Amino acid sequence: MNQNYAVPAVALVVLATVLVGAFGLRVSRTTSDFYVASRTVGPRLNAAAISGEYLSAASFLGIAGLVLVQGPGMLWYPVGYTAGYLVLLLFVAAPLRRSGAYTLPDFAEARLASRQVRRLAGGFVVGVGWLYLLPQLQGAGLTLAVLTGAPEPLGGVLVAVVVVATVAAGGMRSVTFVQAFQYWLKLTALLVPALFLAVSWQGDGAPRAAFAEPPAFRDQRVVRIDDTLDLRLAGPLDVTATGTVDGRRYAGRRVRLSAGVHRIGQGTRLAFERGDRVPAAVAGRGGDDGITAPAASGREERPLYATYGLILATFLGTMGLPHVVVRFYTSPHGVAARRTTVAVLALVGAFYLLPPVYGALGRLYAPELTLTGNADAAVLLLPGRMTGGLGGDLLGALVAGGAFAAFLSTASGLTMAVAGVLTQDVLPSRGVRHFRLGTLLAMAVPLAASVLVGGLPVADAVGLAFAVSASSFCPLLVLGIWWRRLTPPGAAAGMLIGGGSAFAAVAMTMAGHPGSGTPHTLLAWPALWSVPLGFLTMVLVSLATPGRVPPGTAAILARFHLPEDLRAEAEA
Amino acid sequence: MPQDPTERRVVVTGPPRHPRRAFGYYRPRTEIDEQTTLGHTYVRSLMRSQLRAALAVFAVLVLLVGPLPLVFAATRNRSLEWAVLGFCLYPPLVLLARWYVRRAERNERDLVRLVEDR
Repeated sequence: MNQNYAVPAVALVVLATVLVGAFGLRVSRTTSDFYVASRTVGPRLNAAAISGEYLSAASFLGIAGLVLVQGPGMLWYPVGYTAGYLVLLLFVAAPLRRSGAYTLPDFAEARLASRQVRRLAGGFVVGVGWLYLLPQLQGAGLTLAVLTGAPEPLGGVLVAVVVVATVAAGGMRSVTFVQAFQYWLKLTALLVPALFLAVSWQGDGAPRAAFAEPPAFRDQRVVRIDDTLDLRLAGPLDVTATGTVDGRRYAGRRVRLSAGVHRIGQGTRLAFERGDRVPAAVAGRGGDDGITAPAASGREERPLYATYGLILATFLGTMGLPHVVVRFYTSPHGVAARRTTVAVLALVGAFYLLPPVYGALGRLYAPELTLTGNADAAVLLLPGRMTGGLGGDLLGALVAGGAFAAFLSTASGLTMAVAGVLTQDVLPSRGVRHFRLGTLLAMAVPLAASVLVGGLPVADAVGLAFAVSASSFCPLLVLGIWWRRLTPPGAAAGMLIGGGSAFAAVAMTMAGHPGSGTPHTLLAWPALWSVPLGFLTMVLVSLATPGRVPPGTAAILARFHLPEDLRAEAEA
Repeated sequence: MPQDPTERRVVVTGPPRHPRRAFGYYRPRTEIDEQTTLGHTYVRSLMRSQLRAALAVFAVLVLLVGPLPLVFAATRNRSLEWAVLGFCLYPPLVLLARWYVRRAERNERDLVRLVEDR
């Protein structure tokens, strides 16, 4: 990758973000402007902003990398990320806007009139937000390291500084402009190179081997293994090895590897010939540290269970992501909130047509990425690999800029949401100055974590965030909006047991317990049992405490569901 | 209570933390706001029709998506998986969303018409 073009592209994106943010700053005057853009954001601008915010590093780099390594089964991720908005539209969008609350804790308090439930919801918002911020910062570090060879934490620090500056200076209004701008930037950054890649794929005779299993090398290629890993060979294979294979040292000698598992030492170079099948890296030792890859080893043991767990977590988890929810309050009314969601579905769906293209072409033209554990770089490397020359460099620069737009937009949305909760519920008094302090705090914790724990498999964090959100906020929102008999103890117990157990399960998986088998799979993909558990606890505890139904419930539900013009009618 | 409508325009400068105060803002005039039995019936019937529309679309979504992993596991047809997950699922998602929005807005219009006619 030629950094002469990529670095200016990243710098341009950062500069444009600051400038568009400053444009918003001029019109951001009151506290209401600050938090929810005075609720005057039209469906089209808001939909672009929501989509821009939603398409994170996981979408921009992670999906292509996962598809490259694990095949089309990973396409459930983008499908789930999109379908989550349909579920949100069906059960939550309009009533959530009409509830008049600003954040999820506001919603909890408005619906249940309980400070305790509010604080609990606030705790989950901050937790999910931090979990989701971590991979954004690490993705930025990876991208900058791939592009320029800079030390890993640098990219994260850069993103953190720009985000804190734009969010603290302009708040939501400026963030709305920034996000909308970044959706179109991200779409362009994937679409234009994809068109060029498709043309050069055509020129190459349109090979269809990407759909075959497993992929094969299309020309001679030398692969450097960065971390020690185990390779599984389906049949015997001749390679030229420089380094350690199965504990023996080789210096550029031709080796015949038999079928089975072989351990390749760190720093080994393997030269493959044209037509060689790409060996599979054994899960858990490499190839699975993608940005979205959640505990990939569980997939191999119970693939169907894992797939359904993934579907449930993404379909139901989207509605509870703090940076998604906070956006709905910026719509002027419930009807606009619904129409905005439809536009978001279309925009997000259109974007997700592109990452599979990169994944498929990556299987053809960069299959060795499955071995290096750097599959997330596929999107960044493909343009240079396939088109070459100045054109390839420029396209690579465009993709790099888009990747940075992805980190910046998702990180600023999350920072906004977490800072909102911190300002209202943790810091002593409210006001714009405290909001700025909250912003700093919201970013400081995940940044410190990403610098300190650098090498940990935070890859699982995105999947974890979805599972926790699906098991805690999804029951709270759905039952809060549609069920009259929900009580504060029921809501608190449901969130604690559903969300808490999901959190504990994935935390245990990340810490390495228990090694394998059915319990491992159950813990690695908790949504399938933790979501029903959350719902069930919430319903049962509510039914057991009928005396605690808040007195204003009927009026509040009327407010959630009645169209605004009927309320205006009542007011006149 | 000010007579001039311009005087009643208030700039809300902070998030409403106390729902009951926010509630007093809507002066009760109609059945709905007075929370009479009739008003309750209106709200309940709207909620029921909205929930029915939402559940109908959700059922279609479940029927559409639910069997797919089983189908892929049974056929092991990789090209089919690529085509369905990479492209074919997105248009139905958008169409379902559009259908639901039209339905939900019609439910609300019906209610508004009913209340205003009375």
